[in-house]
Amino acid sequence: MSHVELQHVTKRFPGVTALSDVSFEVKDGEFFIMLGPTGAGKTTTLRVIAGLERHDEGHVVFEGEVVDDLIPADRDIAFVFQQYSLYPTMSVYDNLAFPLRSPIRRVPEDQIKVKVEEIAEVLRISHLLDRKTAKLSGGEMQRVSIGRAIVRKPSVFLMDEPLSNLDAKLREALRVELQHLQKTQGSTTIFVTHDQIEALTMADRIAILNQGRIIQVGTPEDIYDRPTTTFVAQLVGSPRINLLRAAKEDGSLVIEKSDLHMPVPLDRSIDREVLLGVRPEDILLDPQGEFGGKVILTEPLGVQTVIHIRSGEQTLLSLIPGISDLRIGDEIRFRILHERLHCFQLDGVRVQIPLHIEQGA
Amino acid sequence: MATIELKQVEKKFGENYAVKPMDLTIQDGEFVVLLGPSGCGKTTTLRMISGLESVTGGRILLGDRDVTWLHPSQRDIAFVFQFYALYPHISARDNISFPLRAQGESKEAIEKRVKEVAQLLRIEHLLNQRPGNLSGGDQQRVALARALVRRPAAFLMDEPLGALDADFRESMRAEIKRLHIDQHATTVYVTHDQIEAMAMGDRIVVMSEAVVQQVGAPAEIYYNPTNLFVAKFIGSPGMNLISGGYAEGVVRIPGADNRYPVLEEWRRPIESVLQGQAEVVVGFRPESARLNPDGRLSGEVYANELQGAYSVLHVNINSSDIVHIRTDRLVDYPIGAQVQFDLEPKMVRFFDPKTEAAIKREVKV
Repeated sequence: MSHVELQHVTKRFPGVTALSDVSFEVKDGEFFIMLGPTGAGKTTTLRVIAGLERHDEGHVVFEGEVVDDLIPADRDIAFVFQQYSLYPTMSVYDNLAFPLRSPIRRVPEDQIKVKVEEIAEVLRISHLLDRKTAKLSGGEMQRVSIGRAIVRKPSVFLMDEPLSNLDAKLREALRVELQHLQKTQGSTTIFVTHDQIEALTMADRIAILNQGRIIQVGTPEDIYDRPTTTFVAQLVGSPRINLLRAAKEDGSLVIEKSDLHMPVPLDRSIDREVLLGVRPEDILLDPQGEFGGKVILTEPLGVQTVIHIRSGEQTLLSLIPGISDLRIGDEIRFRILHERLHCFQLDGVRVQIPLHIEQGA
Repeated sequence: MATIELKQVEKKFGENYAVKPMDLTIQDGEFVVLLGPSGCGKTTTLRMISGLESVTGGRILLGDRDVTWLHPSQRDIAFVFQFYALYPHISARDNISFPLRAQGESKEAIEKRVKEVAQLLRIEHLLNQRPGNLSGGDQQRVALARALVRRPAAFLMDEPLGALDADFRESMRAEIKRLHIDQHATTVYVTHDQIEAMAMGDRIVVMSEAVVQQVGAPAEIYYNPTNLFVAKFIGSPGMNLISGGYAEGVVRIPGADNRYPVLEEWRRPIESVLQGQAEVVVGFRPESARLNPDGRLSGEVYANELQGAYSVLHVNINSSDIVHIRTDRLVDYPIGAQVQFDLEPKMVRFFDPKTEAAIKREVKV
């Protein structure tokens, strides 16, 4: 059982405020991911939770108890770093057994054996138990690091970009395994990454940070489908969301430098000029589509193709399934899924579109 | 601009091959990507083309010139590195014009050409800045401008986007491709990122362990990989590859009654390759599997990943195989749920587990 809460945490370093008034709650058994660019304050937040860094204001609360004054060792947490910190001369078995052999825990060797073998099986490293860790590949080492964190069943896991040093294929595989492990073991996990795909694919909930502040907290669907600011909208999704300046004109929106009119009624209180957000997958090629344009670039990615469309003086990115045989210069028709449009004020804050179906799918 | 031809080009370090003898012809104006994991020989190949590395066998032709033993500076090629290699103490303008000044061009001609490439790369407003004041992306644009400025016969690019962050890499990827389409310069581009290779290449050369595994257009590489390595390496996730017992047109895949009848057109090729051998590897892309309550194949949900525009469901079909299935987004399949699925028969591929080579379909006349 473990519930973690940050209450109005502020952390200053000489000359900079690393975290300002950060508050969120991580529920028992939740996979909680902090996502943001470099310097957003993700790692500092994680280190404050671990007790490796002392905050200046606010409280860190575990299970309803303020733990501000507890040293890391007394917080019952396990930390997995980007760089694996294994003992190179020890076998995988001894690395995994290490936390259990600590003099405070005094776990008998036969019980250690059972636990180590169990963890090794979960992480698919049973065949490596006798190997020295220096002889392992990067992916194997990171599995052992995760195994060593899991083996003593701490109440909270803290992970700081544990996948970022691995190559793409390995990252993909470990992402799936981490998610499976977390869900089946039900361990409360707080994970830091700058990779939006890691956040979307693994998290129960995501906290978006920028410049030491929380921008949005929500499920991956919330973040992807209902970003509260243009910063969030641009941070998640690949290729990036199309952001287009548009102006209100009798009940519809006209995208500047184009002939694109969208029947989107906006409230009178909203400024005349707005930013319209259109996810590339919501621009559909359709011979009967209401808009026209010209293909200026195609990027076949395999499972889908990015089509760069020039319409008026605007360039729009559309994402279509499969490998497209469209060619540069082709004239095409397309439509935009109105019900999935996003609208923001010029300062980046989301505005509600009336009658807009505010749901996923 | 020119063609580049590699004839039995190889590189040995002592007894070990960094690149085994390879043949490759790059057409005039073509954009060819050398793709593979680290240590596969792609960068060594590029360096041999540039002359930064000597060959230990074979010949390299640039247009109709044999450049095998020419010094890099005499080959008329431009090299763009992952790290921008700009002179920090001089302006972007002087960095860009450097190759022209070295060639002793007239001041007016240099000015005109610098303006042209700066316009092309949209860095006109940055020309008076020093590299240190520019963002990573702008520095890479300056480096590209410097490569473009003297109209070389070919461009060689070694992971030019490798040092940029993900978001920026995506937009630079499109920019370089647009640039190529405008300029039609023969380009050889090295990357370990299969998405980049797919997005940018007219053709992709997939390398692994010093050997060229396949050369082809992105669609060819994606849909018809020549062996298990290419099938796995291309795609995110890669192709599902499941081995099963073959008999009489049916593959029995380990796990709960998983039987997959192969299309008639595949029976002869499979049987002629297997020659009585019992096992075959079935390959299919995540998007070629469809969840279907009456599906012939079944398994248990292992993980579910929202990828943004769609989701990928990971399904455990037996003790050792997890298949990846592309699904509509936001469909909730809890871990442990039983699901059934089918494969799109036309999109299924087969491989010989012994040689790891793809089995070729009969060509119907």
